[in-house]
Amino acid sequence: MTDYFWLIPFIPALSTLILVLFGQKLPKKYVSFQACFAVFASFAISVISFAGLLQTSHEHLPIIKNLFAWIHAGSFHADLALQLDPLSSIMTLVVTGVGFLIHVYSVGYMAEDEGYTRYFTYLNLFTFAMLILVMGSNLVVMFVGWEGVGLCSYLLIGFWFDKHSAANAGKKAFIVNRIGDAAFLLGIFFIFVNIGSGEFSVINAAIGGGVITQGLATLIAILLFVGATGKSAQIPLYIWLPDAMEGPTPVSALIHAATMVTAGVYMVARMNVLFTFSGSANSVVAIIGAVTAVFAATMALTQNDIKRVLAYSTISQIGYMFIGCGVGAYAAGMFHLYTHAFFKSLLFLAAGSVMHALSGELNMQKMGGLRKYLPLTYPTFLIGAIAIAGIPFLSGFFSKDAILTSAYANGQYFVWALGIFGAVLTAFYMFRLIFLTFFGQERLTSHAKEHLHESPSSMTIPLVLLAFFSVVAGYVGLPVVVGKDVNFFGRFLEPVIHGAHEAHLSLGMEWLLILISVGVAVTGIFVAWVFYIKNPKIPHNLVARFPKLYKLLYNKYYVDEIVNTALVNSTIKGSEIVYDHFDLKVIDGIVNGSAKTTNFFGKILSYFQTGFIKDYALIFLLGAILLLGFLLF
Amino acid sequence: MIPLNYFLILSIILFALGAIAFFIKRDLITQFMSIEIMFNAANLAFLTFAKSFTSLDGQIIVFFVITVAAAEAAVGLAIILLIYRQKKSIRTEDINSMKG
Repeated sequence: MTDYFWLIPFIPALSTLILVLFGQKLPKKYVSFQACFAVFASFAISVISFAGLLQTSHEHLPIIKNLFAWIHAGSFHADLALQLDPLSSIMTLVVTGVGFLIHVYSVGYMAEDEGYTRYFTYLNLFTFAMLILVMGSNLVVMFVGWEGVGLCSYLLIGFWFDKHSAANAGKKAFIVNRIGDAAFLLGIFFIFVNIGSGEFSVINAAIGGGVITQGLATLIAILLFVGATGKSAQIPLYIWLPDAMEGPTPVSALIHAATMVTAGVYMVARMNVLFTFSGSANSVVAIIGAVTAVFAATMALTQNDIKRVLAYSTISQIGYMFIGCGVGAYAAGMFHLYTHAFFKSLLFLAAGSVMHALSGELNMQKMGGLRKYLPLTYPTFLIGAIAIAGIPFLSGFFSKDAILTSAYANGQYFVWALGIFGAVLTAFYMFRLIFLTFFGQERLTSHAKEHLHESPSSMTIPLVLLAFFSVVAGYVGLPVVVGKDVNFFGRFLEPVIHGAHEAHLSLGMEWLLILISVGVAVTGIFVAWVFYIKNPKIPHNLVARFPKLYKLLYNKYYVDEIVNTALVNSTIKGSEIVYDHFDLKVIDGIVNGSAKTTNFFGKILSYFQTGFIKDYALIFLLGAILLLGFLLF
Repeated sequence: MIPLNYFLILSIILFALGAIAFFIKRDLITQFMSIEIMFNAANLAFLTFAKSFTSLDGQIIVFFVITVAAAEAAVGLAIILLIYRQKKSIRTEDINSMKG
């Protein structure tokens, strides 16, 4: 049943190829059918492979399909090889499953867009690149996918490139990611130099065999993690993600919420042997994750743009995943990645549905009372919000709780406290969003009110399905308080997560931690309710009382401004100086100088070219005489 | 038997006459004729040596020279004709459009 798993990435690739070559001539209906079908076919194969994987014993893992020898240069070997193991299987299911629903949603959302075919071409290309990333059996193939998704992210953020802000956001995402990728690539080079192979199995065996020292492992792990901070929008390279919301909303859901931005988490989980061996790199991951989780959540508190709130929320939630990886609970981090893919893409798609209904309005201050106009979007949005807030019995609760419990159990109390604080903020900003959008007075502009309608069924059906999964997805990884061996998800990942030490707490302690995290979630929701429903004056009073704090949060800690002044502007100025002094004077000087020298000698020689036959004949004769004289004497 | 030198001296004189004529005359036709004289001076020298060394090589070269000279005369005269059509003149001082 796992024989054909290597086809998974190539079906979307084939679809991309067809769309690139013939897309402009194909009818719209066929384009959307083909694009959706390709992803669905991949999903079907992923499910079959997953079923096959369940029956495969651990000794036969990972299942590797070596397609062809790609680079063989001296001692350097890299094959184009794909692998199927629990980790990549989960990722392919998420990428193709959620990806398929988002493709279907896009059919409705992008129906009126001129770049319809181009959009689906990029979306299929992205799916291909993402699948290559998660299925590559060595670092080189993984890096190809890693760069491929970066490229697609750039293309799709700048999808409406005639809009200045969208084009700039695309560039920003690309450049910020380059910084991370440079470090990532350095890490890969270090691995090649010291271990001599990029195959994950070889690397794991080499680390187990003590080929590299702990210091070197830390260096490599930190370099790889810097790459992850770029791709997964963590401090300090998170600045591109809020701007990436310039792209179409389904893109934000697919790339900037469910799949691509979690590639960093996947990579850390994939390299878990290295990170665990290093130890100190793990602490860095946990602390960066925890700080990002809180830092991004505070920025989400004051934003009025519905998509930006979700963008900061994504940054914050990925922070939680890194907490999970950092404290050694890779399975918990992956579990949160998996549940987050459902509820965050649900939230984005629902936000897209709201935008669609309001003719593109993004400002929550100009919404309100939409509950009765959007009978399907509202409940699904609410389910997503409850799931992310961490209310029991929905998926977000199980995964977030698994992470925080592991953090506590491993003695990382500071990280745990930050996580709990982030959980309050999460519940608060999500319900601030719900209350501002769907409750209270209508503050719609007349333009937005004109076409107020529920979205077409191609958009609402994916919403309902994602809402369903947001509820039930968590039940594959129940906490230990429910019973022993109910964490199917964790056990499934065991063959991949080597040597992760799961510290165990007493049952009472587990219950206490669950109570605390539920308590803070309810508190966050309650505070949001007081602020935005019961007594809407409180936020204004708070703003009036703490104007500086509000401005600091509202302007996102001025990070963009600081980066612009410190890095971007100085780079531009430096480039201008180099342009003026080096390019214009030295480079152009050399080129123009050589032309001038040639011209000078040409001028001198051209004096001999009088155009008179007799002069030529005279020179010819003199030459002949000279030659004769030379021969004779 | 006329000594070898006489032929060679005649050849040199012919060549010098041709060269001088080429430089002092100002129309292309005359210059063209002086070139032919120089050819024949060379031919004479070839024949002289061929006779004295009793070798056929020199005579064969003369055949080639005559053939090439005939072809060259055809091309040269055509060029002169075209120049005349363009410039309405075949005086060398009027022809310097290839000046660098």
